[in-house]
Amino acid sequence: MTHAATVHSLWTTAAAAPDKIPSPDIEYGQLSPTLIVLGAAIVGVLIEAFLPRRQRYVAQLFVSVVALAAAFAAVIGLAAGDYGTSKARVAAMGAIAVDGPALFLQGTILLVALVAVFTFAERRLDPVVHGNRVDSFAAQAAAVPGGDAEKAAVKAGFTTTEVFPLVLFAVGGMLVFPSANDLLTLFVALEVFSLPLYILCALARRHRALSQEAAVKYFLLGAFSSAFLLFGIALLYGYAGTVAYSGIADVVDGQVRNVTPALAGTMGNDALLLIGGAMVLMGLLFKIGAVPFHMWTPDVYQGAPTPVTGFMAAATKVAAFGALLRLLYVVLPGLRWDWRPVMWGVAIVTMLGGAIVAVTQTDVKRLLAYSSIAHAGFILAGVIATTPEGISSVLFYLAAYSFVTLGAFAVVTLVRDAGGEATHLSKWAGLGRRSPLVAAVFAVFLLAFAGIPLTSGFAGKFAVFKAAADGGAGALVVIGVISSAVAAFFYIRVIVLMFFSEPRTDGPSVAVPSPLTSSAIAIGVAVTLVLGVAPQYFLDLASQAGVFVR
Amino acid sequence: MSFPLLTATAVVPALGAVVTAAVPAAQRAAAKWVALGFSLLTLALAAVVLVRFDPGGARFQLTESHAWIKDFGVRYELGVDGIAVALIALTAVLIPFIILAGWHDADPLEGARPNSRWRPTQGFFALILMVEAMVVISFEATDVFLFYIFFEAMLIPMYFLIGGFGDRAGGRSEEETATQRSYAAVKFLLYNLAGGLIMLAAVVGLYAVTADQLGTGTFSLQEIVQARAGGHLDMASSTERLLFLGFFFAFAVKAPLWPLHTWLPNAMGESTAPVAVLITAVVDKVGTFAMLRFCLQLFPEASKWATPAIMILALISIIYGALLAIGQRDIKRLIAYASISHFGFIILGIFAMTTQGQGGATLYMVNHGISTAALMLVAGFLITRRGSRLIADYGGVQKVAPVLAGTFLIGGLATLSLPGLAPFISEFLVLVGTFSRYPAFGVIATVGIVLAALYVLILYQRTMTGPVKAEVRSMPDLRVRELVVVAPLIALLIFLGVYPKPLADIVNPAVDHTMSVVDKKDPKPDHPVTDAGWFSYSPKSDGASHDGPSGGAK
Repeated sequence: MTHAATVHSLWTTAAAAPDKIPSPDIEYGQLSPTLIVLGAAIVGVLIEAFLPRRQRYVAQLFVSVVALAAAFAAVIGLAAGDYGTSKARVAAMGAIAVDGPALFLQGTILLVALVAVFTFAERRLDPVVHGNRVDSFAAQAAAVPGGDAEKAAVKAGFTTTEVFPLVLFAVGGMLVFPSANDLLTLFVALEVFSLPLYILCALARRHRALSQEAAVKYFLLGAFSSAFLLFGIALLYGYAGTVAYSGIADVVDGQVRNVTPALAGTMGNDALLLIGGAMVLMGLLFKIGAVPFHMWTPDVYQGAPTPVTGFMAAATKVAAFGALLRLLYVVLPGLRWDWRPVMWGVAIVTMLGGAIVAVTQTDVKRLLAYSSIAHAGFILAGVIATTPEGISSVLFYLAAYSFVTLGAFAVVTLVRDAGGEATHLSKWAGLGRRSPLVAAVFAVFLLAFAGIPLTSGFAGKFAVFKAAADGGAGALVVIGVISSAVAAFFYIRVIVLMFFSEPRTDGPSVAVPSPLTSSAIAIGVAVTLVLGVAPQYFLDLASQAGVFVR
Repeated sequence: MSFPLLTATAVVPALGAVVTAAVPAAQRAAAKWVALGFSLLTLALAAVVLVRFDPGGARFQLTESHAWIKDFGVRYELGVDGIAVALIALTAVLIPFIILAGWHDADPLEGARPNSRWRPTQGFFALILMVEAMVVISFEATDVFLFYIFFEAMLIPMYFLIGGFGDRAGGRSEEETATQRSYAAVKFLLYNLAGGLIMLAAVVGLYAVTADQLGTGTFSLQEIVQARAGGHLDMASSTERLLFLGFFFAFAVKAPLWPLHTWLPNAMGESTAPVAVLITAVVDKVGTFAMLRFCLQLFPEASKWATPAIMILALISIIYGALLAIGQRDIKRLIAYASISHFGFIILGIFAMTTQGQGGATLYMVNHGISTAALMLVAGFLITRRGSRLIADYGGVQKVAPVLAGTFLIGGLATLSLPGLAPFISEFLVLVGTFSRYPAFGVIATVGIVLAALYVLILYQRTMTGPVKAEVRSMPDLRVRELVVVAPLIALLIFLGVYPKPLADIVNPAVDHTMSVVDKKDPKPDHPVTDAGWFSYSPKSDGASHDGPSGGAK
């Protein structure tokens, strides 16, 4: 027996025992934030299916709020268990990273979503229709705008409570996006949060055609960018033979242990790497809304229901910047001499483009859209730093910015006239005389956007500029400062309009919101001021969280 | 831990702002008294600071230091030197008068529809106190970042004061007034914000430099000055120059220095007289103060490098401001251009880099504050009576309202630096200081004095003398409240004009210190002075050296 075996082994080797299908090893505890949210989303779908229409609103709101709060508690629990620092690891068989940036961003997204759900659930702003309180969403999304079906739905007092599970699905995808540790997970997460957002954009109760147009635009351009991303993933796979972040990084750095013949053939092929990397970047920059991939932003921000705009502007940006950071800092640090010049260019045109075009805007939602583009440029300056400080400053900026944005859009929902929200800037004239408090709150948000000291916007801007200057991007700081000055002009213009212009006789009125929107705005103001005056704790948190796991 | 006196001096007006703003809409009068009370309390605290400050003591006194934003290397660090003490005192003295002078400025117009939520009066006084708090803390901050924050944040309340409470002087349509006012407010904000943002880039750069060379980034003025003196911090001269320019740009906009001055006439012209005083006498002083404290001490080499250019700009300011003042038809814009001319003198004195020049410049800041306040507030009373800002609408006022005319004259004479009134001494010192190093510049600057006489006397002649105009005939003289505002200011002008020693004693050690940081020594006098009095203050520590002109014969 032994003899035969040895003879045999002269020209063959024993095939390795066929791999048993590895039993997937899922760390449910570490993935719990995502799992809770997605589970609640499914519960939400079941509620839509089985609960009577009358009870759905309360049930959905309850499930969403509890799920988001529980998921946030889970994030805190993980962070308290040192999963953000010393116990940072890769979970779900390498698909998900559980580390500082992931937990920080997940926490931010969950809080943003929680506050955003308050604005989604607001039902006191729109006038009562046929005895029913309604929210900002279409009575029946599938009904043709202006058609008989819509009228019937409105008369019956239907409301689209499906928005709650849709938000939860979107949040689930956003939680995975910044923690995705391989390219396929990244892509799946992108689609999971994008699709619900496309739908949500189309759901406005008023100006439905505009809303649907925005959704179609967003969907088409989003599909394009997904295609770019996917093609880039394919090329990177072709280059490195793996979709895992650490695997690609090893190939990029030239530190592969056992080079297979196939790998040896492709790994010298920089064209695959550069084109693939550039395409993946394009996909992410689209979600961020960086110039020249920003074209969708103003239309979508304007057309989407304002609570959705606020949620999207805040949470999508957080998720997408998280993914971008991980891609650039974990996968492509070895390539930084190639991507840094490109990102320099993108950051410069984004800062300047966003700020300059915003000057000519006459609609408050479009104005905020362009301002969000300019802010994306500022954050990119921090990304370019390629230092640990760069990571933590971006994390801090995202947290600060998202609450300002959320609050600002929540204020926009309050200012109304007969046609719904009065978003044209000329209608905001003299708002400060009529409703000093609302105008003052909006002014606080605008000052934070402008980066005036003692607001979170200043602390964030200073953090990224400091990181950029330390990282050798001093010129970017100067350009950032110049575009801040341009941006300040149009923020100030709105303040002038609100406080120093005579109110129009046919001007809008400020609706008195329910505690839901009030608390959303109050949280926005509180975060803005606290992060502005005493940012140290949160800066510490961000810098502790500023280490990626590989 | 001792009582945080400096913090209290800044917190009290801030608290006052909050309390004033919270006064219910119906209790307008109460809001005014609350605001006045808090401003007087601030004055009392400033007086305590003045008393507790020991001119011969440490460089920075009454210091407070707490960790604030560790990640940015920012500390909550306060401390005052003689210059800061003098300016805090000036601010604290002026604010109660500004509040008193503006007693009725924010009252709703006759017959205006009452609105329970719109409370302009409360807002007006709360904003004034807010500005006071921020100005005071910027004088106290010895951390560059802390200073920057309040330097910038100050713009917001100022902006609302200019844009929200304009001069109601008639002659123009309501709409035109509103447009001009919001134009002035936006111009003010954009100029200053642009300056501030350029400074932000320099602040970030300063952090990068200190972090690079000291290991940890810091914004502490004292730490940076010591590190430079000890040779631990060695900035490349090109870096230092860029940073200097970033800082100086912001301060030159604020000060304001030609050609960055154009916002000032608009802002002062369109705002009410008390707010105009607040701008020129209080807020703008932060700019010149910061040149002394930050530009010179953080970047001594670059300051010396830039001196010739800055001196020339200052000269242009002096002459250009004075010439344009002569040509003005609008009383408030005239005073604004006069201020630009005076700021030129202050900056000239600072960059002359002599003890007399810088000491004179500091005194100038204080004296200009008081004299402009006197002139502008009386002008404001005059304008409110007639409802016009145009010089041509007045004539013969001195026959109708002799007290008003008299106080206006004294304010004007102080502005043209008549000997015996406080501004004379500072202007003289600045000129002497400039002359001893740059004789040609000194000569040219002297022309400014002649021009000042021209614009002040022309203004007085056209408005106060001559035949009494019909519209002026029934003009009442100064009321008690207005006298209470003007009389103490005039008394101060005369007192400091006759006996400036107390102020000079406080200021001079700080000036000497600044000079030593910049490493400049006074030039040797061509003509030995045997008894120069206090004009030739020399530091006690090295009285025997050849530094000061008091050294005696060569």
